[in-house]
Amino acid sequence: MNPTDSLRLLPEIILTVTGVIVMLIDASLRPGVARRPLGWVAAIGTTAALWASLWQLRLPTGTAYFGTVETSPFTVFFHVLICGIVLVALLLALDTLPEDSHHQGEYYALVVFGAVGMCLLTGAVELLVVFIALEISSISTYVLAGYRKQTGTGPEAAIKYFLLGSFATAFLLYGIALIFGATGSTQVYEIARRVPTVENHSLVVASLVLMLIGILFKVSAAPFHVWTPDVYEGAPSPVVALLSTAPKAAAFALLLRVVYEMLPTLRPIWSPLLWVVAVLSMTVGNLAALRQQNVKRMLAYSSIAHAGYLLAAFAGLGSSGISAAAFYIAAYAAMNVGIFAVITLASGYDEQLPMVADFRGLLYRSPLLGGLLIFFLISLVGIPFTGGFFGKFYAFSAAVGGGAIALAIIGLLNSGLASAYYLRLAFSAAQRPDDEDGRARLPLPQVGIAVGAALLFTVGATLSLGIAPGNALRAAETAAHTLQVPLDDNSAPDVTPPPQPQP
Amino acid sequence: MHLILFIVFAGLCLAGAINLLLQTHPINSALSLVVVMSSLAVLYLLLGAEFLAAAQIIVYAGAIMVLFTFVVMLLNAGREEHTMGSGVARILGFPAVAVILGVIATVILKAQGLGSAALSDPITSTEDLSRVLFRELLLPFEVTSVLILIAILGAVALARPGGDERRVGK
Repeated sequence: MNPTDSLRLLPEIILTVTGVIVMLIDASLRPGVARRPLGWVAAIGTTAALWASLWQLRLPTGTAYFGTVETSPFTVFFHVLICGIVLVALLLALDTLPEDSHHQGEYYALVVFGAVGMCLLTGAVELLVVFIALEISSISTYVLAGYRKQTGTGPEAAIKYFLLGSFATAFLLYGIALIFGATGSTQVYEIARRVPTVENHSLVVASLVLMLIGILFKVSAAPFHVWTPDVYEGAPSPVVALLSTAPKAAAFALLLRVVYEMLPTLRPIWSPLLWVVAVLSMTVGNLAALRQQNVKRMLAYSSIAHAGYLLAAFAGLGSSGISAAAFYIAAYAAMNVGIFAVITLASGYDEQLPMVADFRGLLYRSPLLGGLLIFFLISLVGIPFTGGFFGKFYAFSAAVGGGAIALAIIGLLNSGLASAYYLRLAFSAAQRPDDEDGRARLPLPQVGIAVGAALLFTVGATLSLGIAPGNALRAAETAAHTLQVPLDDNSAPDVTPPPQPQP
Repeated sequence: MHLILFIVFAGLCLAGAINLLLQTHPINSALSLVVVMSSLAVLYLLLGAEFLAAAQIIVYAGAIMVLFTFVVMLLNAGREEHTMGSGVARILGFPAVAVILGVIATVILKAQGLGSAALSDPITSTEDLSRVLFRELLLPFEVTSVLILIAILGAVALARPGGDERRVGK
């Protein structure tokens, strides 16, 4: 172990220290004092972590702490993405968490600690670290999901998420145990080296399947998606903005690492499996979303469908599949955080407007929010000049490049289907509010500085990914390249333009 | 001798696990879990992992189980009530369990390298264990502290009455 080892963990260290500081200040403040400044502390720490991970591009690609964590353009890409999402989620929470209630200090600390787990998950190349990092990120989201304790749905969401999530983690752990039994190692590269010569191949296959179950649960892909709508409905909207994107990005990074880096030789097995899961996710997600009247449930099913589009990219061969998947994650995160930010603002923390019909006339009540809602919905549909379009474009062309033309066609059909429910919400927002509904409507949501910045970030990221996807795509390609050849010499780090601090 | 011990305690372990599921009273289930944990400790000892066996007894069968029973008593948890549950789960549950068990069992039984785990020799000493733990696996060891911290933080956030309840109470 040498001193530069800790530099490879710099973002995680900064985040941990920030979390501890937030926690300590929170404990030392007297009960009545406003906790809002703690949110700013957390946001500053997250920004520092973001820059620290960009700085890591200067480090040569390599591992630290006895080959347990890695720094490479791949990890930097996901670190930046996750820190960006967490930053926006913090800014969103700053203005929307009720001032007088809730354990605000713990809220910010949990978000930041969760980010430690997610960041570590993308950098881990040792399955034990993977497991612990996944637990850190999961436990923080379980708790955050149940933050509205006084409602019936909040605790229900937390309990459901916790039970099913633990069950899924157990699958992952079982898979790790089996692959350790088969290869005698838990280090990703070591496993990759030993798998082709391992005598007991069926054990490796069983382990792959078990690990896939665990990971696909975390990304809420189709047969393992049942928790998603209930959790999204019960969790507070600012939390949903976080948990529908950041842990999923981390889990997708893990999935990329497991299938492309650890078990690339098993491609004939995982490729058809992921094909089936992709088709199921798209179809089940979209068909179920069509019937939803509750906005958050609808978006929950839509996120299942998006996980399906993303998995389509895994049919792509080599680095084209990886870069398409990475780009899609970034685009999806930008627009999904954005739409949940708008929904949080429009319906408030206590959610006075849960239904699609309740959004009627939003465009007239608040042109800014209504316009943004429609903008993000358009991006989710995948109309050109938004991030959603290029995300789908690259994902499906990767699928076609990998020979999965049927998958791409199913994906396109599904996108058409999906536009029905997105546009339903958009039309609802654009309709004139009916006047006979004379009861006093909600006070117009105030867009504060923090939330304004959050919205600006998400809109900027969605637009820049849609109009000039070049930079992000190049970053994704460099990332994909490093994932493919782990032991070769590093790709010149300065070639990568640092991706915009995109949420 | 080893084989007899193995069969006895593996059987005990399985019986405990099944009993744990079948019992309807939480205390009975918790006590069955003690049986499972203790027989697992013996199995570890048979495999030569003396430290692990001791830790299993002290930590799991001792500390954690005391906590379990304590919480069960404290909450005064009654007998489980049977709900109808979901129909799909009842129809598919047992066949699915059987299939998964069958697949995993076949895979493991077919494994060549696995059957030869030497019983009791050589003993893995605490020194070897700590060398791995504090060198190669230093990072996971340290990161576990964040995991524990976050669990405590979450428990505080969820369990301590906060502004919500006060607001509702007003």
